[in-house]
Amino acid sequence: MNLLKTAAIVLAATTALTLPAFAQAKTDFKVAWSIYVGWMPWGYAEEHGIVDKWSEKYGITIEVTQFNDYVESMNQYTAGAYDAVSLTNMDGLSIPAAGGVDTTAVIVGDFSSGNDAVILKNATELADIAGQTVNLVEFSVSHYLLARALDSVGLTERDVNVVNTADPDMVGAFQTADVTALVTWNPMVSEILALPDATSVFDSSMIPGEIIDLMVANTEVLEANPDFGKALAGIWYETVSLMTSDTPEGAAARAAMGAASGTDQAGFEAQLAATKLFADPKEAVAFVTSPDLSATMDRVRTFLFDKGLLGSGAPSADVIGIELADGTVLGDPNFVKLRFTDDYMQLAADNAL
Amino acid sequence: MRWINYKPSRITALTLALCPFILVLLAYAIGSAARLADNPADKLLPGIAALGDAINRMAFTPDVRTGELFLWADTLASLGRLGASLGIATAIALVVGMLVGMFPYLRALLAPFIAVVSMVPPLALLPVLFIVMGLGEVSKITLIVIGITPIMIRDLAFKVLDLPHEQLVKAQTLDASSFQIAMRVVLPQTLPRLFTCLKLQLGPAWLFLIAAEAISSDSGLGYRIFLVRRYLSMDVIFTYVAWITLLAVIMNVALDWLRVAIFPWTRGTAQ
Repeated sequence: MNLLKTAAIVLAATTALTLPAFAQAKTDFKVAWSIYVGWMPWGYAEEHGIVDKWSEKYGITIEVTQFNDYVESMNQYTAGAYDAVSLTNMDGLSIPAAGGVDTTAVIVGDFSSGNDAVILKNATELADIAGQTVNLVEFSVSHYLLARALDSVGLTERDVNVVNTADPDMVGAFQTADVTALVTWNPMVSEILALPDATSVFDSSMIPGEIIDLMVANTEVLEANPDFGKALAGIWYETVSLMTSDTPEGAAARAAMGAASGTDQAGFEAQLAATKLFADPKEAVAFVTSPDLSATMDRVRTFLFDKGLLGSGAPSADVIGIELADGTVLGDPNFVKLRFTDDYMQLAADNAL
Repeated sequence: MRWINYKPSRITALTLALCPFILVLLAYAIGSAARLADNPADKLLPGIAALGDAINRMAFTPDVRTGELFLWADTLASLGRLGASLGIATAIALVVGMLVGMFPYLRALLAPFIAVVSMVPPLALLPVLFIVMGLGEVSKITLIVIGITPIMIRDLAFKVLDLPHEQLVKAQTLDASSFQIAMRVVLPQTLPRLFTCLKLQLGPAWLFLIAAEAISSDSGLGYRIFLVRRYLSMDVIFTYVAWITLLAVIMNVALDWLRVAIFPWTRGTAQ
């Protein structure tokens, strides 16, 4: 019997996926990030010793890993393999939070202000999209942007035909005859708009502050190890103030981040121009504590609920609790799985890191 | 007695065959229970009830927006693509394989080319196919055809070359033309091999189908898996993987059964 039990345990341990990390004080942390204009500072900080500098200050080690696949990075975080990950507010709600992983937004890095766009071929009005086939990554922020765009001209998703298309293929897809409308994000947007027959008819600057890029961490890990959150904030604001500075070092950082994301300094700066980056932690604190965030998250969760992304049995958009920076909860207060906080950004603003 | 001579009885063989299946299910159940105890909303290894719910939702509950039964609509779309490409690949492979196998001039012309083409990794061509043929059905079907046809041609050509030379000589002494030899001597002996060849290419065909559907589509089994992957819906993914496996097993068995039904003399042979 004992043998059988041991065998079962060994079998479970080897075949099943690793169990989530137990929340306790620890010193080794893992952070996942993927290529996007608002997250490039993480790669730069890792390569240029900024991560090590802040880790040493708090007596911890932080391993920063770049993922080529954004969805996989979120899935790995949700599975418990990583303590923190870069993602958008919408994906944070639909993937880790809906998967029962209590997640806290440590850093509100930026919001998309033109980086996401609805692009039509040989048409200049958004209303022309009616009846067209629209290529996009379904259930992504592109899908959300499309819903908001259609809403703004009194159309619904019933008026278009959505085709799921992988983001790396968008630029090529636009050059084929049967693709006439698509929704995607940068760097694809700028490449597609450089083509002669492409027009951006709606972009994220028309819904400012709704597509937010975050660095989130597992709430239990964060509560047991507040130094991890402080180190993340320290890394972030040092790197961002460097990259936004008008100095040769700042230009070099932008060039390096541009190269790392497959473009150059000019291309990277063009993407930055379409991003509202919170270089000053005070701005980020003001953003996360403003009442607008509640309205945004309400829109986002309603969209996710309509698409069935909050779980198949979810009775309403209230199924998951979203705690805002002032402690109020949107949705179920007994199942809070996504939290916004200004704690760490406020420390950065007060120079208390 | 040596170990190679010990043979299990029918009952023992059946029990042994079931063992790995039961072990895998058991490991899954234990892993799932452990994760669910830790986090009841865990999506990674859903419990049996969640899987049952997913099957019910995908196969028997019409979608609120479109009224579609997803599993059946996806299966229909995928099998349509698979059927079309297997049909095209089979027709090309039979004709070209026989020609290359029978006629030395054609063999000299085509065999090296086909050998090289069969080495091209089809998935690496996918971005090119999407640009040239668009994102629609044509590029998906083409990918599968490109992926499996060269190997089927080579296989059938080898089969033709393997035919006993005496048969061809005999047919010629009976004054058969090349066409008659093709129809009466080569074809009947190549057709059974075609079934087996097709059966062996089913795996790659599914692989290419799912890869193509993952990149751009609005229906299909591969499309659904890569869509729900976005929100970690492992309950749907496991359901679909099990369903695809079942479909592949059925196709395998059906091809074998069909071969034996049409060519009874191939029963028990390694065609």
